[in-house]
Amino acid sequence: MIENQILSPILKEEANKHMEDLKTTTHHGRNAALLSIIPGFGQFYNRQFLKGIIFLVLALSFGFVFYDSLPVGFWGLFTLGEIARLDNSVFLLVDGIIAVLVTIIGLGIFAFNLYDAYNNGRKRDQGFPVNSIRQQYHNLLDNGFPYLMITPGFFLLTFVVIFPILFVGLLAFTNYDLYHQYPANLADWVGFQNFVDIFKLDIWRNTFFAVLAWTIVWTFGATTLQVALGIFLAILVNQKDLKGKAIIRTLMILPWAVPSFITILIFSGMFNETFGIINKSILPLLNIDPQPWMTNEMWTRFALIMIQTWLGFPFIFAMTTGVLQSIPDELYEAATVDGASIMQKFFSITLPLVLFATAPILITQYTFNFNNFNVIFLFNGGGPALPSQNAGGTDILISWIYRLTMTSAQYGKAAAVTMILSLIVISVALWQFKRTKSFQEEDMM
Amino acid sequence: MSNKQSKIIRLTISYIIIFAMIFIVVYPLLWVIGSSFNPGQSLSGSKMFPENPTLAHYQFLFDSEKSNYLLWYWNSMKISITTMVLSVISVAFTAYAFSRYRFIGRKNGLLTFLILQMIPNFAALIAIFVLANRTGLLDTHLGLILVYVGGQIPMNTWLMKGYLDTIPKELDESAKMDGAGHFRIFLQIVMPLAKPIISVVALFSFIAPLGDFILARILLRSPEKFTLAVGLYELVAKQFGNEFTKFAAGAVLVAVPIALLFLMFQKYFVSGLTAGGTKG
Repeated sequence: MIENQILSPILKEEANKHMEDLKTTTHHGRNAALLSIIPGFGQFYNRQFLKGIIFLVLALSFGFVFYDSLPVGFWGLFTLGEIARLDNSVFLLVDGIIAVLVTIIGLGIFAFNLYDAYNNGRKRDQGFPVNSIRQQYHNLLDNGFPYLMITPGFFLLTFVVIFPILFVGLLAFTNYDLYHQYPANLADWVGFQNFVDIFKLDIWRNTFFAVLAWTIVWTFGATTLQVALGIFLAILVNQKDLKGKAIIRTLMILPWAVPSFITILIFSGMFNETFGIINKSILPLLNIDPQPWMTNEMWTRFALIMIQTWLGFPFIFAMTTGVLQSIPDELYEAATVDGASIMQKFFSITLPLVLFATAPILITQYTFNFNNFNVIFLFNGGGPALPSQNAGGTDILISWIYRLTMTSAQYGKAAAVTMILSLIVISVALWQFKRTKSFQEEDMM
Repeated sequence: MSNKQSKIIRLTISYIIIFAMIFIVVYPLLWVIGSSFNPGQSLSGSKMFPENPTLAHYQFLFDSEKSNYLLWYWNSMKISITTMVLSVISVAFTAYAFSRYRFIGRKNGLLTFLILQMIPNFAALIAIFVLANRTGLLDTHLGLILVYVGGQIPMNTWLMKGYLDTIPKELDESAKMDGAGHFRIFLQIVMPLAKPIISVVALFSFIAPLGDFILARILLRSPEKFTLAVGLYELVAKQFGNEFTKFAAGAVLVAVPIALLFLMFQKYFVSGLTAGGTKG
C-alpha cells in the first residue's frame, strides 16, 4: 500500500509521458502548423477565428507597411550606398539596422504564430478542447501583462541604448571618417582593418597602449584612494566619544552633494598655472615652487587623482557610516573581554564587515571611474597634448573616443576603440556578477 | 600611560585629521562663493574675502537681455523633471514585471539590463548623434530627454527590483483573492509600499541629467537650448579666467539648491543603495 502511494505520482508522470509519445490518430498539430505558414490559417483550422484574424491582420499590415522599405534597408546595409553625393552611407547604415530590427520582430511574431497553431493542434489531437474566446482573453491578460509592462521601457531601451551599440558595433568595420563621409564620398565595409590598424600602425598602437595603461592606473589609483579615504574617515568619525558627529558628517558629504561638473570647473580654475590660487597663494605659503599643473602630463595626472579622491570619497564615507551604525556593540564588547587591541578589533571585525557589505558598490566605483569622462574632460580637456601620440596626456579610453569622434572625425577608429572598451567592461562585469549573491538567488546562472 | 591619557591623545589626533579634511573639503567651495562676490572679472584678482563685495555678477546673470543663464536654468529644470517623471514610470513598470512575474525571456532580459548598466550610453555617442540627426531630434530637448530616460532604465530597474523583491508576495495573492486585477495590485498594493525606493529612483533620475555634460553638449547646438552644465562650461571655456567671477556666481546658484535638496534626502540615498547593495 505505502509503496504504491509513493510510486503512484511517479507512475502517473510516466504514463503522461507515454501519452505524449503515443501516435495520435489525427494530425491536427502538423496540419495547423503547416497551414500557419500563411499566418492565421492554422488558427482558423483549429477554429480559433478571432485569434486567426488577429494574426492575419498583423501579418498583412506588416507586409503592407514594410514591403518597400525592408529591401531598401537591406540593400543599404550591404552596400552602404553606391552613388556618392546621393547616398549617405551612415544614414543607410541606420536604416539598415532598423530594417534588421523590424525583421527580427516580424520573425518573432511569425514563429509565435506557428508555435501557437501547432500547440493548439496537438491539444485537439490529444482530445482536449481548445480554449474559448473568453479563456483566450483571460490567458492573454494573465500571460501578457508582464510583457505589456516592460514594453514601453524596452522599446525606449532598444532605440536609445541597444540600437547605438549595434550601430557602433557595425561602424567599427567601416572606413567612415573625415575623407569617407557625406556628401563627397561613400563609406565602405573594410572588415577588421580598423582593429588591425590600431594594433599594427605605430602611432595608433603607441597611443592605444599608452591610453590603456593610464586608464588602468587612473581607475585603480583614484578609486582605491577614494575608497580607502572614505572608509578611514567613516571609522574615525564613528568613534563613540567623538563630539559633533552630525555636523562633521554633513560637511564631509558636501563634495557629493554639489554637482561634480561645477566642482571640477572650480578646481580647473584653482589649478590654473598663472592665475590659480594653488600656484599663487597656497604653494608659496608652504614654501613649494609653483608647478606646471596643466602643461606637464605627470602633474595633471597627479592633480586629477587628487580631485577624484576629493569628489569620490564622500559616497564611500556615507555608505560605510551606514554599515558601521548597524554593527552591534556586543561584538566589540566581546572582543574587549577577550583582550583584543584596537588594531585587532579593526582588522578582525570592522574592516571585514564593511568590505563585505559594500563590496558590490565598491566594484561599481571602479567601473564608474573607468568611464569617468567628466573629470578628465572638464579639468584639462584630456590634455596636455603629447607629440608622440594622437591622444592627450591624460586621456582615458572614453575621452579618447570623444576626441577621435569630435575633433579628428575618425569615426570608424573611434567605434573600434569603443568595441574594445565595451568588451573589457562587459567581461569584468560578468565575471564579477556571476559571483555575487543576488545573481545566484535569482537562479540565473 | 594611563587609559585617560591615551584616550585624549587618540581624540586629539582624530580631531586634527578631521579638521584638516574638513578644511580641504570646504575650502574650494568657500573660495568659489567668495569669488562670486568679487568686483573684478577675472580669475587672477579674485579673493576669497573680497574687500568690497558686489552682487553685480548675480545681477548680470539675472538680466535676461545680457545673459542666457535664466534660460539655461529653466531648460535644465524642465529636462530634469521630465526625465524624472518618465524614468519613474517606466522603471516602476519594468521592475514590477521582473519582480512579480515569471515569463519567457525574463532571465535574458535581466541579464541584458545588467550588462547595459555597465556600459555608459555615451560610449556610443556617435550613434546617438547620428540617430538624433536622422530622426530630426538633434538640438531638441525631447531627444535629450529620451536618451536620458533610456539610460536610466537598466540600473534603476535593478535597484527597484531588489526592493520590490522584499515586499511579501502574500499581499498580492490575497488582493488577487479579493478580485483585484493586475494593474490594481500594482498601483494600489505594491507601489504605495515601494515609496522609499521610488523616491530614490526619482532623485537619481532628477540629478543625473543635471550633472550630465557630454550628451547635452553633443545633442544641443544652439545657445538658447543649452543646459546649465553646457552653458556654464561655455562661459568658462571661452576665455578661461576672464569670466571666472560670473561663472562662480552661476555655479553658486546651481550648487546651493541642489546641495540642500541632496542633504535633505541623503539618508534615503544611503538606505536605498545599501538595501539594493547587500542584495546585489
